[in-house]
Amino acid sequence: MSSIAVPTAREPNFLATVLAVVRRHVLTVYSFLFFAYLLLPIAVVMIFSFNNPTGKFNYTWQGFTWDNWRYWDGVPGIRSAIFLSLEIAVVASVIATALGTMIALALVRYGFRGRATTNILIFLPLSTPEIVLGASLLTLFLNLSFVTFGFWTILIAHIMFCISFAVVTVKARLVGFDRHLEEAAMDLGANEWTTFRKVTLPLTAPAILAALLLCFAISIDDFVVTYFNSGSEVTFPLFVWGAARIGAPAQVNVIGTAIFVVALAAMLVNVVFQRRREVRA
Amino acid sequence: MAVDERIQQSLERAAESSGTPDIRLDRITKSFGDIIAVDDLSLEIPRGSFFALLGPSGCGKTTTLRMIGGFEEPTAGLIYLGEREVSGTPPYKRDVNTVFQSYALFPHLSIFENVAFGLRRKGTRGGNLKGKVEEMLDLVQLSGYGKRKPRQLSGGQQQRVALARALVNSPRVLLLDEPLGALDLKLRKEMQLFIKRLQHDVGITFIHVTHDQEEAMTMADRIAVMNEGQIEQLGTPDELYERPQTAFVASFLGISNLLTGAVAGPDEVRLEDGTTVRVRNGSLNGRKGRVAVGIRPEKIRPDDHDPNRLPGKVKERAYIGVSTQYIVETPNGNITVVVLNDRPGTVPLGPGDRLTLSWDPEATFVVDSLEGSA
Ligand SMILES: Nc1ncnc2c1ncn2[C@@H]1O[C@H](COP(=O)(O)OP(=O)(O)OP(=O)(O)O)[C@@H](O)[C@H]1O
Ligand SMILES: [Mg+2]
Repeated sequence: MSSIAVPTAREPNFLATVLAVVRRHVLTVYSFLFFAYLLLPIAVVMIFSFNNPTGKFNYTWQGFTWDNWRYWDGVPGIRSAIFLSLEIAVVASVIATALGTMIALALVRYGFRGRATTNILIFLPLSTPEIVLGASLLTLFLNLSFVTFGFWTILIAHIMFCISFAVVTVKARLVGFDRHLEEAAMDLGANEWTTFRKVTLPLTAPAILAALLLCFAISIDDFVVTYFNSGSEVTFPLFVWGAARIGAPAQVNVIGTAIFVVALAAMLVNVVFQRRREVRA
Repeated sequence: MAVDERIQQSLERAAESSGTPDIRLDRITKSFGDIIAVDDLSLEIPRGSFFALLGPSGCGKTTTLRMIGGFEEPTAGLIYLGEREVSGTPPYKRDVNTVFQSYALFPHLSIFENVAFGLRRKGTRGGNLKGKVEEMLDLVQLSGYGKRKPRQLSGGQQQRVALARALVNSPRVLLLDEPLGALDLKLRKEMQLFIKRLQHDVGITFIHVTHDQEEAMTMADRIAVMNEGQIEQLGTPDELYERPQTAFVASFLGISNLLTGAVAGPDEVRLEDGTTVRVRNGSLNGRKGRVAVGIRPEKIRPDDHDPNRLPGKVKERAYIGVSTQYIVETPNGNITVVVLNDRPGTVPLGPGDRLTLSWDPEATFVVDSLEGSA
């Protein structure tokens, strides 16, 4: 009896153990796969920035070289494309954030007529497919006969779709903002402008900074809207697209890697900064 | 030392313009759409007093205070700070400071900078600024906390920072909107005494908003009882308690036994069961017809030593320690009686016991009979 009973008793035990192990590690395995899925393409981009391709195409590993990094602007047109993109991203994100902050303040603070409508309109560019935005902007610009396509049309387009992101980001912060703080400042002798400078601005600064970074990130890699409205100007995404058709140079990977590293660094700085704030506050 | 100086200053200030109240509200009304928050309210607050605005939730206390502070403009009426009419004057040009219920300390600034905020706006700098801020932190018993951020302080400490931040500007009037609402009971009691002492020391007029009658009675020299945007009665705590003029005031401040009846003669009211009671001389005040007589529970004796008498039967008894509270059934309804437990060995009355209640005519006030006043 007992000799039979033992293995049958052990069997479910064994199964249970296996199940327990799987259950214990399933999250780890899942996380590993998830990050692999997420990071593999980026890793490939990075690795291939050190490739030494023999032909036009940078698709198979040929050998290690620093040359792509050393001559990062060794491809005709890449340098001006990068600078144009940076220029547009900086100007567009600053203007969009400034305007977006003011719109957010107005939306949260003042009960004006048409506030609800404005709230919906702000969301419109976020939910409209980019291709529709790009195409309709093109139509608009074409109808304005005095407009020449180029830097200004790209800038206007970028500011337009960045504003919504800025408004949404800053608004989220302002909604939780204790209005009594501003009243307290005024109560203590600060006029409207001083109150804004000393209380409103410092307390919304993290959101404004976040909006700025977000706008910058969105602007610098925008392709669709830019493509419709760039005329003969070439931004970096447009350059990559053009280059990819005739064989992407490894320099594209270099720039891609550089942008990724800078973004990562900015994020880390932000995290560290927030931590320090929390510890101090 | 510095406190003495300030007392001196405030005494001088009081002397130079005694007679002019610090604040005068002249028939102010404030409506938000259909809601009338403050309804044709007039009020004078004398210099140097500790004034309480007392009333139930939603009666317009905060709105009144915010109009004085300049955060709301009255729909009608005028507000005077001293001699000056201040309508249209923004908060930062009014010589009043506010302690907000939420404290509203600036979270991004240190305690020192919070307190220094008002002084900096006036251009105070350097050693002078440091001296004043530290003196004030000392006054609220927070010296040494200057470098911390508001979030690193307890509720009671934040409360004191809020006080210091307002008081350091030596305003004409300090406005306090339920400043103790967020504190627990024990701390609240402590802070009540602390704020009262502080007011006494600095000599600045305080207007304290609260819905807690005990708090108002403990702290204030004068109390305005508000109801539905209007002032029901204004007076010292004992006036309001001993001689309430309306059923609302009688029941809002402490417990009142209100017995309905009809005026039966000079200083006499006949209750519903036919008993005639004598009321305090002159308290009928020309009233005729139906009225209510009021007696405080502790003024009623469980014996027949006083002229006004009613028979009754004990319905409930609650031992409170210092006293025992009885609910007594009488022909005129239930009456609450509080008997002090000051003689050891007295056998208490129990439910079902019959007794006679009596009280002094002097302790009997009259209010308009108001159905539905609890
Ligand atoms: N900004 C506003 N918009 C509309 N109605 C308001 C506004 N502020 C106050 N009210 C209304 O005015 C009335 C009085 O409000 P108030 O805040 O003065 O009451 P309160 O006496 O301070 O009450 P509590 O003890 O609850 O703080 C309330 O009915 C309130 O709903
Ligand atoms: Mg209130």
